[in-house]
Amino acid sequence: MNKAALRKQATSYRRFLWQAARDATEGSAWFYAWMILLTALALVGLHAWAVQMRDGLAVTGMNDHVSWGLYIANFTFMVGLAAGGVMMVIPAYLYHDHEMHDLTIVGELLAVAAIVMCICFVVVDMGRPERFWHMFPFVGRFNFPVSMLTWDVIVLNGYLALNLHICGYLLYKRFLGERPNPRWYVPFVYLSIFWAISIHTVTAFLYSGLGGRPLWNTALLAPRFLVTAFIAGPAFIIVVLFVLRRLGGVPVARRPLEILVNVVRVTLLINLLMVVSELFTELYGGGARTASGHYLFFGLNGANALVPWIWTAVGMGVVSAVMFLRPGVVAHPVWLTVACALAFTGIWIEKGMGLIVPAFIPSSLHEIVEYFPSLVEWQVSAGIWAWGLLILTVALKIALPILREPHPEREKASHTVEAAPRADAKST
Amino acid sequence: MSRRTALKALGATLGAAAFAQAIAPLTEWAADMSVDEYLQKHYKELSPVDLAMVIARLEQRTKEETGVEVHIGDYRPQPGVKFGYALNLSICVGCRRCAQACHVENNHDRPSGNSYIRVLEMQKGSMDLAKGRVNYSGPVPNPEKFYLPVQCQQCDKPPCVSVCPVEATWKETDGIVVVDYNWCIGCRYCEAACPYHARRFNWKKPEIPAAEINPDQGYLSNRIRPQGVMEKCTFCLHRTRQGKLPACLEACPTGARVFGNLLDPESEIRWVLKNKRVFVLKEDVGTQPSFFYFFDE
Repeated sequence: MNKAALRKQATSYRRFLWQAARDATEGSAWFYAWMILLTALALVGLHAWAVQMRDGLAVTGMNDHVSWGLYIANFTFMVGLAAGGVMMVIPAYLYHDHEMHDLTIVGELLAVAAIVMCICFVVVDMGRPERFWHMFPFVGRFNFPVSMLTWDVIVLNGYLALNLHICGYLLYKRFLGERPNPRWYVPFVYLSIFWAISIHTVTAFLYSGLGGRPLWNTALLAPRFLVTAFIAGPAFIIVVLFVLRRLGGVPVARRPLEILVNVVRVTLLINLLMVVSELFTELYGGGARTASGHYLFFGLNGANALVPWIWTAVGMGVVSAVMFLRPGVVAHPVWLTVACALAFTGIWIEKGMGLIVPAFIPSSLHEIVEYFPSLVEWQVSAGIWAWGLLILTVALKIALPILREPHPEREKASHTVEAAPRADAKST
Repeated sequence: MSRRTALKALGATLGAAAFAQAIAPLTEWAADMSVDEYLQKHYKELSPVDLAMVIARLEQRTKEETGVEVHIGDYRPQPGVKFGYALNLSICVGCRRCAQACHVENNHDRPSGNSYIRVLEMQKGSMDLAKGRVNYSGPVPNPEKFYLPVQCQQCDKPPCVSVCPVEATWKETDGIVVVDYNWCIGCRYCEAACPYHARRFNWKKPEIPAAEINPDQGYLSNRIRPQGVMEKCTFCLHRTRQGKLPACLEACPTGARVFGNLLDPESEIRWVLKNKRVFVLKEDVGTQPSFFYFFDE
């Protein structure tokens, strides 16, 4: 490439960024209200975190018995959301479903926002986040491959980079009005699918490898993480699609929606089976190793803070599973949104507080100390959620023209889709 | 300039001001951190000169903050030594003097009453920890009970060491698992991994009245810990590596505790291992503790 071409590209990239910045800050009054609300929440969270840094994690509800709480609970859930967003891209590429391809970008943008939130939730949980450089190779000491946490650092950051590349490339090409070259993004999409599975498996191994925490020390954890990711990710995307249709005028294609609904329908049932399996094992066997499970589902020696939460989650799982099985609900955008919200919230409870906190109750010396998140923890967590939604809103806003425009590839694609049955008809 | 641009500029200005206000506590927090401290290398990578400077800085800091002259030593493991601890459950009376001695010796935070030792009052005839309790009171020993003090078991396969993402905690050649307080990032993964509740986190800056500070300190043991890092029992390495006994042992009124060199065939601990039927806690989790329990009868 000669100098002039390079310069031309640099200028267009600058114009692309400028356009993106304009798209991100222009909008209706509702858009401004939404952005101001999220910014305000994010600032409240930032302030709470600053106070926590100054005064120490003593301002949280955590202690030496329950040493992980709301932050790590949210972290675990967000890893699932990040993975689920991309895993729903699988059908698009597996079945060469071209309508689904456009949704790829929604899933990947969700993944980017979710991973940023994951990293935030880890940072706010750290006692000395400013020492992050201790993990860097050469200057720090990275305990790889022994510590599962180092694996998690690698897969999460790698996943962020992958998805940033894919989204950035697709958006930039669309801005230039050029067709994206599949060589520059399709291999990365495939990689990100496998990577999505890895981020959640590694995060599950983080917990299931600890022999001293019987609640986590189960081989079911990684499969269950993946299954719940397949619930939370697609459920969230379905709602995003409805919001985009309503506010952005983006048409929701029938087939991708069907695929998403099918995925949630099946995974909700598989997850219920896994919950029942775990409940059975906890209840039938008994003994000290099942104390945490008893605490979670029924309370232990009068301590029962999590009991209403977990049964709410189970109830939401059952109700949403039934709703997803009924064609009338699935065809109705409002009811489908309700079903998605129930499934999403149920998983958030079950895989967050319902998984992290009870592993510490009773403690490893069987002391029962309950955990209640403090106001600071709620503020910081809400702030990170607001920050994540802020990123997602801006990203979707920039991507909106892409989703709205007729796709040159789509016409070609529908042509091939139509051609196939005719060939079939001839042969029979 | 359009009205829209003006509004945007106003919004951005307000946002920036709110941002500055929100992070204000961070500047207070960063005020007492120096660049040298921030860039300090891992303990194992510090040259003797580096370490001497770090220690001088820490001693100076304590003097400025509390007015107390402390001595921080860098006590290294001795060759041919591997420490082991044994505890006679038949004669432990559950008086908690060991826990109290630990609290004083190791410069623990006073308001929380922290200690590396927890004493469980156990049901006779059962080793089920679920039947034990720590918050017992009144005269001891209760004839219906026996007492089980638990502290770091200095495992030969320590899960806390494997899980640390930055190698801020490791096992030394004499068997003691230590923490570099200036390297730990405070993720608390080790605390989740430990099956013995042996690790503690500094949820806030420890508070100790100047008059109660123990001035004989070790860099890897009882020096006053910073906020936001992990800590744990080190078998009082600032004492034991100089040939003294751990504070918890010296405080024990019944002589239930036996400490010594596992590699010395003539040591008392070796006699106990040979002549008593000893056991370790939670043998099934595969941690291989260097801390042993036994009953006399």
